[in-house]
Amino acid sequence: MSMASGSPGIALGGIEKWYGTRDEPVHALAPTDLTVADGELLVLLGPSGCGKTTLLRMIGGLIEPTAGSMSIMGRDLWRSGQRQSETLADLGMVFQDANLFPWLTIEDNIALPLELKGVGKAERRERAHALMRLVGIAGFERRWPRELSGGMRQRAAIARALSYDPKILLMDEPFGALDAMTRDAMNLELQRLFMETAKTIVLVTHSIAEAVFLADRIVLLSPRPGRIDRIVDVPFARPRDLTLQASPEFQEIALSLRARLAEIG
Amino acid sequence: MAEKANEPPVMKAAGFKRETILPWITTPLLLALLVTVWSVYVRSSGVSPFILPAPGAVFDEWLGMLQSRRAWGHTGMTIYATLTGFFWAALIGVFLGVAIARIRWLELTLNPFIVATQVIPKVALVPLFIVWFGFGITSKVIVAGVLAFFPVLTNTVLGVKSIDEGHRDVMTSLNATRWQVFRRLELPSALPYILTGFEVGIVLAIIGAIVGEYLGGNTGLGHLLIQSMNAFETSLMFAVLIQMSLIGFAFYFAIGALKRLLIPWHATGAQPR
Repeated sequence: MSMASGSPGIALGGIEKWYGTRDEPVHALAPTDLTVADGELLVLLGPSGCGKTTLLRMIGGLIEPTAGSMSIMGRDLWRSGQRQSETLADLGMVFQDANLFPWLTIEDNIALPLELKGVGKAERRERAHALMRLVGIAGFERRWPRELSGGMRQRAAIARALSYDPKILLMDEPFGALDAMTRDAMNLELQRLFMETAKTIVLVTHSIAEAVFLADRIVLLSPRPGRIDRIVDVPFARPRDLTLQASPEFQEIALSLRARLAEIG
Repeated sequence: MAEKANEPPVMKAAGFKRETILPWITTPLLLALLVTVWSVYVRSSGVSPFILPAPGAVFDEWLGMLQSRRAWGHTGMTIYATLTGFFWAALIGVFLGVAIARIRWLELTLNPFIVATQVIPKVALVPLFIVWFGFGITSKVIVAGVLAFFPVLTNTVLGVKSIDEGHRDVMTSLNATRWQVFRRLELPSALPYILTGFEVGIVLAIIGAIVGEYLGGNTGLGHLLIQSMNAFETSLMFAVLIQMSLIGFAFYFAIGALKRLLIPWHATGAQPR
Protein backbone atom coordinates (compact mmCIF):
# COMPACT_ATOMS: atom_id res chain seq x y z
CA MET A 1 0.00 0.00 0.00
CA SER A 2 1.33 3.38 -0.90
CA MET A 3 0.29 5.41 2.11
CA ALA A 4 1.35 8.76 0.67
CA SER A 5 -0.93 8.76 -2.41
CA GLY A 6 -3.15 11.82 -2.50
CA SER A 7 -5.58 12.81 0.25
CA PRO A 8 -6.39 10.25 2.94
CA GLY A 9 -9.62 8.28 2.67
CA ILE A 10 -10.54 8.99 6.28
CA ALA A 11 -9.03 11.58 8.62
CA LEU A 12 -10.08 11.72 12.26
CA GLY A 13 -8.85 14.62 14.38
CA GLY A 14 -9.29 14.31 18.14
CA ILE A 15 -12.64 12.61 17.95
CA GLU A 16 -14.09 11.67 21.28
CA LYS A 17 -17.29 10.09 22.58
CA TRP A 18 -19.06 10.39 25.91
CA TYR A 19 -22.20 8.39 26.62
CA GLY A 20 -24.70 8.42 29.43
CA THR A 21 -26.06 11.07 31.73
CA ARG A 22 -24.47 14.11 33.33
CA ASP A 23 -24.30 12.23 36.64
CA GLU A 24 -22.91 9.00 35.21
CA PRO A 25 -20.94 9.80 32.09
CA VAL A 26 -19.17 6.98 30.28
CA HIS A 27 -16.05 7.79 28.33
CA ALA A 28 -16.45 5.47 25.35
CA LEU A 29 -13.58 6.88 23.33
CA ALA A 30 -10.77 9.21 24.42
CA PRO A 31 -9.70 11.89 21.89
CA THR A 32 -8.36 9.93 18.93
CA ASP A 33 -6.42 10.83 15.83
CA LEU A 34 -6.39 8.36 12.98
CA THR A 35 -5.77 8.49 9.27
CA VAL A 36 -6.84 5.75 6.87
CA ALA A 37 -5.16 5.87 3.48
CA ASP A 38 -7.18 5.64 0.29
CA GLY A 39 -7.21 1.96 -0.74
CA GLU A 40 -6.07 0.65 2.65
CA LEU A 41 -7.59 -2.25 4.57
CA LEU A 42 -7.48 -1.15 8.21
CA VAL A 43 -8.59 -3.43 11.02
CA LEU A 44 -9.78 -2.16 14.41
CA LEU A 45 -8.95 -4.84 16.98
CA GLY A 46 -9.58 -4.89 20.69
CA PRO A 47 -11.39 -6.40 23.66
CA SER A 48 -15.05 -5.61 24.25
CA GLY A 49 -15.57 -2.13 25.64
CA CYS A 50 -12.55 -0.69 23.83
CA GLY A 51 -14.74 1.55 21.69
CA LYS A 52 -13.95 -0.10 18.35
CA THR A 53 -17.60 -0.36 17.34
CA THR A 54 -18.28 3.16 18.62
CA LEU A 55 -15.37 4.41 16.52
CA LEU A 56 -16.64 2.60 13.40
CA ARG A 57 -20.21 3.81 13.90
CA MET A 58 -18.92 7.37 14.24
CA ILE A 59 -17.01 7.04 10.97
CA GLY A 60 -20.23 5.70 9.42
CA GLY A 61 -22.24 8.68 10.63
CA LEU A 62 -24.51 6.59 12.86
CA ILE A 63 -23.23 8.29 16.03
CA GLU A 64 -22.22 11.91 16.30
CA PRO A 65 -18.91 12.37 18.13
CA THR A 66 -18.94 14.50 21.27
CA ALA A 67 -15.91 16.40 20.00
CA GLY A 68 -13.38 16.34 17.18
CA SER A 69 -13.38 16.50 13.40
CA MET A 70 -13.94 13.83 10.78
CA SER A 71 -13.39 14.07 7.09
CA ILE A 72 -14.15 11.41 4.51
CA MET A 73 -12.44 11.68 1.12
CA GLY A 74 -11.58 15.26 2.04
CA ARG A 75 -15.14 16.25 3.00
CA ASP A 76 -16.63 16.90 6.43
CA LEU A 77 -19.02 14.22 7.66
CA TRP A 78 -20.84 16.53 10.09
CA ARG A 79 -21.51 20.20 9.66
CA SER A 80 -23.32 22.05 12.48
CA GLY A 81 -24.98 18.87 13.77
CA GLN A 82 -26.12 17.75 10.30
CA ARG A 83 -24.78 14.69 8.52
CA GLN A 84 -23.65 15.60 5.02
CA SER A 85 -25.40 13.38 2.50
CA GLU A 86 -22.74 13.73 -0.22
CA THR A 87 -20.14 12.56 2.31
CA LEU A 88 -22.32 9.62 3.36
CA ALA A 89 -22.51 8.53 -0.28
CA ASP A 90 -18.83 7.56 0.01
CA LEU A 91 -19.59 5.18 2.89
CA GLY A 92 -21.09 1.68 2.80
CA MET A 93 -21.82 -0.17 6.03
CA VAL A 94 -21.91 -3.89 6.77
CA PHE A 95 -23.08 -5.01 10.22
CA GLN A 96 -22.57 -8.14 12.30
CA ASP A 97 -26.10 -9.23 11.41
CA ALA A 98 -26.82 -9.09 7.70
CA ASN A 99 -29.87 -6.91 8.54
CA LEU A 100 -31.59 -7.82 5.29
CA PHE A 101 -35.25 -6.80 5.19
CA PRO A 102 -37.27 -10.04 5.38
CA TRP A 103 -40.06 -8.60 3.21
CA LEU A 104 -37.74 -7.96 0.26
CA THR A 105 -36.27 -10.58 -2.04
CA ILE A 106 -32.47 -10.82 -2.12
CA GLU A 107 -32.20 -8.73 -5.28
CA ASP A 108 -34.56 -6.08 -3.89
CA ASN A 109 -32.55 -5.98 -0.65
CA ILE A 110 -29.35 -5.42 -2.59
CA ALA A 111 -31.00 -2.75 -4.73
CA LEU A 112 -32.63 -0.98 -1.74
CA PRO A 113 -30.00 1.81 -1.51
CA LEU A 114 -30.46 2.49 -5.23
CA GLU A 115 -34.22 2.56 -4.82
CA LEU A 116 -33.88 5.13 -2.02
CA LYS A 117 -31.71 7.20 -4.36
CA GLY A 118 -34.37 7.04 -7.08
CA VAL A 119 -32.55 4.80 -9.56
CA GLY A 120 -34.89 3.20 -12.12
CA LYS A 121 -36.05 -0.39 -11.87
CA ALA A 122 -34.19 -1.85 -14.85
CA GLU A 123 -30.89 -0.28 -13.81
CA ARG A 124 -31.39 -1.42 -10.19
CA ARG A 125 -31.98 -4.99 -11.27
CA GLU A 126 -29.00 -5.03 -13.60
CA ARG A 127 -26.75 -3.63 -10.86
CA ALA A 128 -28.08 -6.08 -8.25
CA HIS A 129 -27.48 -9.05 -10.54
CA ALA A 130 -23.92 -7.92 -11.31
CA LEU A 131 -23.23 -7.56 -7.57
CA MET A 132 -24.72 -10.97 -6.84
CA ARG A 133 -22.29 -12.48 -9.33
CA LEU A 134 -19.45 -10.50 -7.73
CA VAL A 135 -20.16 -11.80 -4.21
CA GLY A 136 -21.03 -15.31 -5.41
CA ILE A 137 -24.78 -15.61 -4.77
CA ALA A 138 -26.09 -15.52 -8.35
CA GLY A 139 -29.20 -17.67 -8.72
CA PHE A 140 -30.83 -16.49 -5.49
CA GLU A 141 -32.32 -13.27 -6.88
CA ARG A 142 -35.96 -14.10 -6.08
CA ARG A 143 -35.36 -15.81 -2.71
CA TRP A 144 -36.40 -14.47 0.67
CA PRO A 145 -33.55 -13.78 3.11
CA ARG A 146 -34.77 -16.51 5.48
CA GLU A 147 -34.14 -19.07 2.73
CA LEU A 148 -30.38 -18.33 2.70
CA SER A 149 -27.60 -19.50 5.01
CA GLY A 150 -25.84 -17.04 7.31
CA GLY A 151 -22.80 -16.78 5.06
CA MET A 152 -24.90 -16.10 1.98
CA ARG A 153 -26.96 -13.47 3.80
CA GLN A 154 -23.75 -11.70 4.75
CA ARG A 155 -22.62 -11.81 1.12
CA ALA A 156 -25.91 -10.18 0.19
CA ALA A 157 -25.35 -7.51 2.87
CA ILE A 158 -21.91 -6.78 1.37
CA ALA A 159 -23.48 -6.54 -2.09
CA ARG A 160 -26.06 -4.09 -0.71
CA ALA A 161 -23.30 -1.91 0.76
CA LEU A 162 -21.48 -1.97 -2.59
CA SER A 163 -24.60 -1.20 -4.64
CA TYR A 164 -24.08 2.55 -4.85
CA ASP A 165 -20.32 2.12 -5.30
CA PRO A 166 -19.08 3.90 -2.16
CA LYS A 167 -15.34 4.54 -1.91
CA ILE A 168 -15.19 3.18 1.62
CA LEU A 169 -16.59 0.02 3.18
CA LEU A 170 -17.11 -0.01 6.96
CA MET A 171 -17.59 -3.48 8.44
CA ASP A 172 -18.61 -4.11 12.05
CA GLU A 173 -17.60 -7.69 12.92
CA PRO A 174 -19.16 -8.81 9.64
CA PHE A 175 -18.23 -12.47 10.08
CA GLY A 176 -18.56 -12.68 13.87
CA ALA A 177 -21.79 -14.68 13.73
CA LEU A 178 -20.48 -17.25 11.23
CA ASP A 179 -18.93 -20.64 11.89
CA ALA A 180 -15.13 -20.99 11.56
CA MET A 181 -15.09 -22.58 8.10
CA THR A 182 -17.54 -20.13 6.57
CA ARG A 183 -15.54 -17.37 8.21
CA ASP A 184 -12.30 -18.50 6.52
CA ALA A 185 -14.11 -18.63 3.19
CA MET A 186 -15.54 -15.15 3.75
CA ASN A 187 -12.11 -13.75 4.64
CA LEU A 188 -10.77 -15.02 1.31
CA GLU A 189 -13.81 -13.58 -0.46
CA LEU A 190 -13.36 -10.22 1.20
CA GLN A 191 -9.69 -10.13 0.16
CA ARG A 192 -10.70 -10.89 -3.42
CA LEU A 193 -13.36 -8.15 -3.34
CA PHE A 194 -10.86 -5.73 -1.82
CA MET A 195 -8.34 -6.44 -4.58
CA GLU A 196 -10.93 -6.36 -7.39
CA THR A 197 -12.80 -3.24 -6.32
CA ALA A 198 -9.92 -1.20 -4.82
CA LYS A 199 -12.13 0.04 -1.97
CA THR A 200 -10.88 1.42 1.30
CA ILE A 201 -12.03 -0.93 4.06
CA VAL A 202 -12.24 -0.39 7.82
CA LEU A 203 -13.14 -3.64 9.57
CA VAL A 204 -13.85 -4.24 13.26
CA THR A 205 -13.07 -7.65 14.71
CA HIS A 206 -12.10 -9.32 17.95
CA SER A 207 -10.41 -12.19 16.10
CA ILE A 208 -6.61 -11.81 16.03
CA ALA A 209 -6.25 -14.34 13.18
CA GLU A 210 -8.83 -12.50 11.06
CA ALA A 211 -7.12 -9.18 11.78
CA VAL A 212 -3.63 -10.37 10.79
CA PHE A 213 -4.92 -12.23 7.74
CA LEU A 214 -6.85 -9.28 6.31
CA ALA A 215 -5.17 -6.07 7.45
CA ASP A 216 -2.65 -3.72 5.93
CA ARG A 217 -2.52 -2.14 9.38
CA ILE A 218 -4.06 -3.21 12.67
CA VAL A 219 -5.19 -0.56 15.14
CA LEU A 220 -5.14 -2.13 18.59
CA LEU A 221 -7.53 -0.41 20.98
CA SER A 222 -7.55 -0.64 24.76
CA PRO A 223 -10.57 -0.10 27.02
CA ARG A 224 -11.69 2.33 29.75
CA PRO A 225 -11.67 4.73 28.09
CA GLY A 226 -11.32 3.41 24.55
CA ARG A 227 -8.10 4.65 22.96
CA ILE A 228 -5.50 3.56 20.43
CA ASP A 229 -2.87 1.42 22.13
CA ARG A 230 -0.68 0.82 19.10
CA ILE A 231 -0.76 0.47 15.33
CA VAL A 232 0.81 -2.64 13.80
CA ASP A 233 1.86 -2.92 10.15
CA VAL A 234 1.11 -6.25 8.45
CA PRO A 235 3.58 -6.54 5.57
CA PHE A 236 2.37 -9.69 3.76
CA ALA A 237 1.84 -9.43 0.00
CA ARG A 238 -1.57 -10.08 -1.54
CA PRO A 239 -3.26 -12.31 -2.45
CA ARG A 240 -2.71 -14.03 0.87
CA ASP A 241 -3.91 -17.60 1.25
CA LEU A 242 -4.95 -19.46 4.37
CA THR A 243 -1.61 -21.33 4.64
CA LEU A 244 -0.09 -17.96 5.53
CA GLN A 245 -1.54 -18.46 9.01
CA ALA A 246 0.97 -21.27 9.61
CA SER A 247 4.01 -19.14 8.73
CA PRO A 248 6.37 -17.99 11.51
CA GLU A 249 5.97 -14.31 10.48
CA PHE A 250 2.18 -14.53 10.82
CA GLN A 251 2.51 -16.34 14.15
CA GLU A 252 4.92 -13.71 15.44
CA ILE A 253 2.51 -10.84 14.77
CA ALA A 254 -0.45 -12.80 16.15
CA LEU A 255 1.42 -13.79 19.32
CA SER A 256 2.63 -10.27 20.07
CA LEU A 257 -0.93 -8.96 19.59
CA ARG A 258 -2.27 -11.69 21.87
CA ALA A 259 0.30 -10.86 24.55
CA ARG A 260 -0.55 -7.15 24.38
CA LEU A 261 -4.31 -7.88 24.46
CA ALA A 262 -3.79 -9.97 27.61
CA GLU A 263 -2.06 -7.00 29.26
CA ILE A 264 -4.69 -4.39 28.36
CA GLY A 265 -7.88 -6.48 28.41
CA MET B 1 -17.11 -19.88 -4.38
CA ALA B 2 -17.50 -21.70 -1.12
CA GLU B 3 -21.25 -22.16 -1.51
CA LYS B 4 -22.75 -23.40 -4.74
CA ALA B 5 -25.43 -21.25 -6.30
CA ASN B 6 -27.65 -24.18 -7.17
CA GLU B 7 -27.96 -25.75 -3.75
CA PRO B 8 -31.55 -26.40 -2.67
CA PRO B 9 -33.30 -23.77 -0.52
CA VAL B 10 -32.76 -24.27 3.17
CA MET B 11 -36.31 -23.90 4.39
CA LYS B 12 -38.17 -26.63 2.54
CA ALA B 13 -39.48 -28.59 5.52
CA ALA B 14 -40.04 -32.29 5.05
CA GLY B 15 -43.55 -33.58 5.71
CA PHE B 16 -45.03 -30.10 5.27
CA LYS B 17 -47.50 -31.27 2.62
CA ARG B 18 -48.95 -33.95 4.85
CA GLU B 19 -49.50 -31.38 7.59
CA THR B 20 -51.54 -29.14 5.28
CA ILE B 21 -53.71 -31.99 4.01
CA LEU B 22 -54.51 -33.52 7.41
CA PRO B 23 -57.05 -30.91 8.61
CA TRP B 24 -58.93 -31.23 5.30
CA ILE B 25 -59.63 -34.84 6.26
CA THR B 26 -60.03 -34.57 10.02
CA THR B 27 -62.27 -31.50 10.08
CA PRO B 28 -65.13 -32.98 7.99
CA LEU B 29 -64.77 -36.27 9.89
CA LEU B 30 -65.08 -34.54 13.28
CA LEU B 31 -68.03 -32.48 12.06
CA ALA B 32 -69.76 -35.62 10.78
CA LEU B 33 -69.10 -37.32 14.12
CA LEU B 34 -70.57 -34.35 16.01
CA VAL B 35 -73.70 -34.28 13.85
CA THR B 36 -74.12 -38.06 14.22
CA VAL B 37 -73.84 -37.94 18.02
CA TRP B 38 -76.26 -34.99 18.06
CA SER B 39 -78.74 -36.85 15.81
CA VAL B 40 -78.53 -40.10 17.77
CA TYR B 41 -78.94 -38.24 21.07
CA VAL B 42 -82.05 -36.34 19.87
CA ARG B 43 -83.66 -39.56 18.61
CA SER B 44 -82.81 -41.81 21.57
CA SER B 45 -83.37 -39.35 24.45
CA GLY B 46 -86.66 -37.95 23.16
CA VAL B 47 -85.54 -34.41 24.10
CA SER B 48 -88.08 -31.76 23.16
CA PRO B 49 -87.36 -29.99 19.82
CA PHE B 50 -87.83 -26.71 21.73
CA ILE B 51 -84.70 -27.56 23.71
CA LEU B 52 -82.62 -29.31 21.05
CA PRO B 53 -83.94 -29.75 17.51
CA ALA B 54 -82.57 -32.52 15.31
CA PRO B 55 -79.72 -31.58 12.96
CA GLY B 56 -81.91 -32.31 9.97
CA ALA B 57 -84.53 -29.82 11.14
CA VAL B 58 -81.86 -27.19 11.74
CA PHE B 59 -80.39 -27.76 8.29
CA ASP B 60 -83.84 -27.43 6.66
CA GLU B 61 -84.42 -24.23 8.61
CA TRP B 62 -81.06 -22.87 7.42
CA LEU B 63 -81.86 -23.76 3.79
CA GLY B 64 -85.16 -21.94 4.27
CA MET B 65 -83.24 -18.89 5.51
CA LEU B 66 -81.10 -18.93 2.39
CA GLN B 67 -84.28 -18.61 0.29
CA SER B 68 -85.83 -15.88 2.43
CA ARG B 69 -85.33 -12.27 1.37
CA ARG B 70 -86.06 -11.15 4.92
CA ALA B 71 -83.32 -13.37 6.38
CA TRP B 72 -80.84 -12.08 3.79
CA GLY B 73 -81.83 -8.56 4.78
CA HIS B 74 -80.91 -9.33 8.38
CA THR B 75 -77.65 -10.98 7.28
CA GLY B 76 -76.83 -7.96 5.14
CA MET B 77 -77.40 -5.55 8.03
CA THR B 78 -75.09 -7.53 10.30
CA ILE B 79 -72.40 -7.68 7.61
CA TYR B 80 -72.79 -3.97 6.95
CA ALA B 81 -72.49 -3.04 10.64
CA THR B 82 -69.50 -5.36 11.07
CA LEU B 83 -67.57 -4.12 8.04
CA THR B 84 -68.30 -0.43 8.57
CA GLY B 85 -67.34 -0.63 12.24
CA PHE B 86 -64.23 -2.61 11.38
CA PHE B 87 -63.25 -0.19 8.63
CA TRP B 88 -63.21 2.79 10.98
CA ALA B 89 -61.53 0.76 13.73
CA ALA B 90 -58.78 -0.31 11.32
CA LEU B 91 -58.28 3.19 9.92
CA ILE B 92 -58.17 5.02 13.24
CA GLY B 93 -56.42 2.16 15.04
CA VAL B 94 -53.51 2.01 12.57
CA PHE B 95 -53.00 5.79 12.38
CA LEU B 96 -53.30 6.34 16.13
CA GLY B 97 -51.12 3.27 16.76
CA VAL B 98 -48.33 4.57 14.51
CA ALA B 99 -48.58 8.00 16.17
CA ILE B 100 -48.49 6.57 19.70
CA ALA B 101 -45.53 4.32 18.90
CA ARG B 102 -43.55 7.20 17.41
CA ILE B 103 -44.48 10.14 19.63
CA ARG B 104 -43.37 9.55 23.20
CA TRP B 105 -45.46 12.26 24.89
CA LEU B 106 -48.59 11.11 23.09
CA GLU B 107 -48.05 7.59 24.39
CA LEU B 108 -47.48 8.82 27.95
CA THR B 109 -50.60 10.97 27.76
CA LEU B 110 -52.93 8.41 26.24
CA ASN B 111 -51.65 5.23 27.86
CA PRO B 112 -53.73 5.41 31.09
CA PHE B 113 -56.88 5.92 29.03
CA ILE B 114 -56.03 3.10 26.68
CA VAL B 115 -55.46 0.73 29.59
CA ALA B 116 -58.66 1.91 31.26
CA THR B 117 -60.77 1.43 28.15
CA GLN B 118 -59.14 -1.97 27.63
CA VAL B 119 -60.15 -3.06 31.11
CA ILE B 120 -63.76 -1.81 30.94
CA PRO B 121 -66.03 -4.54 29.58
CA LYS B 122 -66.99 -2.68 26.44
CA VAL B 123 -70.12 -4.74 25.84
CA ALA B 124 -71.47 -3.14 29.01
CA LEU B 125 -71.40 0.19 27.20
CA VAL B 126 -73.84 -0.97 24.53
CA PRO B 127 -76.96 0.36 26.33
CA LEU B 128 -75.23 3.74 26.58
CA PHE B 129 -74.48 3.75 22.84
CA ILE B 130 -78.14 2.95 22.17
CA VAL B 131 -79.18 5.89 24.35
CA TRP B 132 -76.77 8.15 22.48
CA PHE B 133 -77.06 6.88 18.93
CA GLY B 134 -80.53 5.35 18.85
CA PHE B 135 -81.86 1.98 17.80
CA GLY B 136 -80.70 2.34 14.20
CA ILE B 137 -77.63 0.99 12.46
CA THR B 138 -75.31 3.70 13.86
CA SER B 139 -75.17 2.25 17.36
CA LYS B 140 -74.30 -1.22 15.95
CA VAL B 141 -71.54 0.20 13.77
CA ILE B 142 -70.12 2.00 16.79
CA VAL B 143 -70.21 -1.06 19.04
CA ALA B 144 -68.52 -3.16 16.31
CA GLY B 145 -65.92 -0.43 15.81
CA VAL B 146 -65.17 0.05 19.49
CA LEU B 147 -64.61 -3.67 20.01
CA ALA B 148 -62.41 -4.04 16.93
CA PHE B 149 -60.44 -0.87 17.65
CA PHE B 150 -58.27 -2.00 20.57
CA PRO B 151 -56.63 -5.11 19.12
CA VAL B 152 -55.81 -3.09 15.99
CA LEU B 153 -54.38 -0.23 18.06
CA THR B 154 -52.30 -2.33 20.46
CA ASN B 155 -50.94 -4.58 17.71
CA THR B 156 -49.99 -1.57 15.59
CA VAL B 157 -48.14 0.02 18.53
CA LEU B 158 -46.36 -3.27 19.20
CA GLY B 159 -45.52 -3.67 15.50
CA VAL B 160 -43.99 -0.22 15.13
CA LYS B 161 -42.06 -0.64 18.39
CA SER B 162 -40.73 -4.07 17.41
CA ILE B 163 -38.79 -2.72 14.44
CA ASP B 164 -35.29 -4.15 14.44
CA GLU B 165 -32.59 -1.65 15.51
CA GLY B 166 -30.23 -3.19 12.96
CA HIS B 167 -32.75 -2.44 10.20
CA ARG B 168 -32.97 1.14 11.45
CA ASP B 169 -29.16 1.37 11.31
CA VAL B 170 -29.29 0.30 7.67
CA MET B 171 -31.77 3.05 6.82
CA THR B 172 -29.77 5.62 8.83
CA SER B 173 -26.52 4.69 7.13
CA LEU B 174 -28.28 5.05 3.77
CA ASN B 175 -29.45 8.52 4.81
CA ALA B 176 -33.10 7.61 4.20
CA THR B 177 -35.71 10.35 4.61
CA ARG B 178 -38.40 10.09 7.29
CA TRP B 179 -40.96 9.12 4.67
CA GLN B 180 -38.65 6.45 3.21
CA VAL B 181 -38.10 5.01 6.68
CA PHE B 182 -41.87 4.81 7.16
CA ARG B 183 -42.69 3.45 3.72
CA ARG B 184 -39.74 1.06 3.28
CA LEU B 185 -39.12 -0.07 6.87
CA GLU B 186 -41.74 0.77 9.47
CA LEU B 187 -44.85 -0.08 7.48
CA PRO B 188 -43.71 -3.46 6.07
CA SER B 189 -42.12 -4.39 9.38
CA ALA B 190 -45.29 -3.63 11.36
CA LEU B 191 -47.64 -5.15 8.78
CA PRO B 192 -47.68 -8.71 10.22
CA TYR B 193 -48.63 -7.26 13.62
CA ILE B 194 -51.29 -5.01 12.12
CA LEU B 195 -52.84 -7.90 10.19
CA THR B 196 -52.88 -10.01 13.35
CA GLY B 197 -54.76 -7.11 14.96
CA PHE B 198 -57.17 -7.18 12.01
CA GLU B 199 -57.67 -10.91 12.45
CA VAL B 200 -58.71 -10.46 16.08
CA GLY B 201 -60.54 -7.20 15.33
CA ILE B 202 -62.82 -8.54 12.60
CA VAL B 203 -64.10 -11.32 14.85
CA LEU B 204 -64.71 -8.83 17.68
CA ALA B 205 -66.51 -6.54 15.22
CA ILE B 206 -69.00 -9.32 14.45
CA ILE B 207 -69.54 -9.86 18.17
CA GLY B 208 -70.07 -6.12 18.61
CA ALA B 209 -72.58 -5.89 15.80
CA ILE B 210 -74.57 -8.89 17.06
CA VAL B 211 -74.61 -7.74 20.70
CA GLY B 212 -75.75 -4.34 19.47
CA GLU B 213 -78.59 -6.02 17.59
CA TYR B 214 -79.58 -8.05 20.68
CA LEU B 215 -80.32 -4.96 22.66
CA GLY B 216 -82.02 -2.65 20.24
CA GLY B 217 -83.62 -2.17 16.87
CA ASN B 218 -85.38 -4.58 14.55
CA THR B 219 -82.70 -5.58 12.07
CA GLY B 220 -79.75 -7.93 11.91
CA LEU B 221 -79.01 -11.53 12.77
CA GLY B 222 -78.74 -10.65 16.47
CA HIS B 223 -82.28 -9.31 16.38
CA LEU B 224 -83.46 -12.39 14.47
CA LEU B 225 -81.88 -14.62 17.11
CA ILE B 226 -83.65 -12.83 19.98
CA GLN B 227 -86.91 -12.91 18.02
CA SER B 228 -86.62 -16.68 17.47
CA MET B 229 -85.80 -17.14 21.15
CA ASN B 230 -88.94 -15.25 22.18
CA ALA B 231 -91.00 -17.32 19.76
CA PHE B 232 -89.39 -20.57 20.97
CA GLU B 233 -88.32 -21.32 17.41
CA THR B 234 -85.23 -23.18 18.52
CA SER B 235 -84.38 -24.61 15.10
CA LEU B 236 -84.40 -21.04 13.71
CA MET B 237 -82.02 -20.03 16.52
CA PHE B 238 -79.62 -22.76 15.43
CA ALA B 239 -79.98 -21.73 11.79
CA VAL B 240 -79.10 -18.12 12.71
CA LEU B 241 -76.09 -19.39 14.67
CA ILE B 242 -74.92 -21.29 11.58
CA GLN B 243 -75.32 -18.14 9.50
CA MET B 244 -73.34 -16.09 12.05
CA SER B 245 -70.57 -18.67 12.19
CA LEU B 246 -70.29 -18.73 8.41
CA ILE B 247 -69.96 -14.96 8.30
CA GLY B 248 -67.27 -15.17 10.97
CA PHE B 249 -65.36 -17.82 9.03
CA ALA B 250 -65.67 -15.85 5.80
CA PHE B 251 -64.22 -12.69 7.34
CA TYR B 252 -61.49 -14.55 9.17
CA PHE B 253 -60.41 -16.31 5.99
CA ALA B 254 -60.59 -13.05 4.06
CA ILE B 255 -58.01 -11.57 6.46
CA GLY B 256 -55.97 -14.76 6.05
CA ALA B 257 -56.03 -14.28 2.28
CA LEU B 258 -55.01 -10.64 2.78
CA LYS B 259 -52.04 -11.87 4.83
CA ARG B 260 -50.90 -14.26 2.13
CA LEU B 261 -51.21 -11.45 -0.39
CA LEU B 262 -49.49 -8.70 1.63
CA ILE B 263 -46.90 -10.59 3.68
CA PRO B 264 -45.93 -13.70 1.70
CA TRP B 265 -42.44 -13.37 3.20
CA HIS B 266 -43.73 -13.79 6.76
CA ALA B 267 -44.08 -17.17 8.46
CA THR B 268 -47.78 -16.63 9.28
CA GLY B 269 -48.48 -15.52 5.72
CA ALA B 270 -46.33 -18.14 4.04
CA GLN B 271 -47.99 -20.09 1.28
CA PRO B 272 -47.60 -23.82 1.48
CA ARG B 273 -45.46 -24.81 -1.49
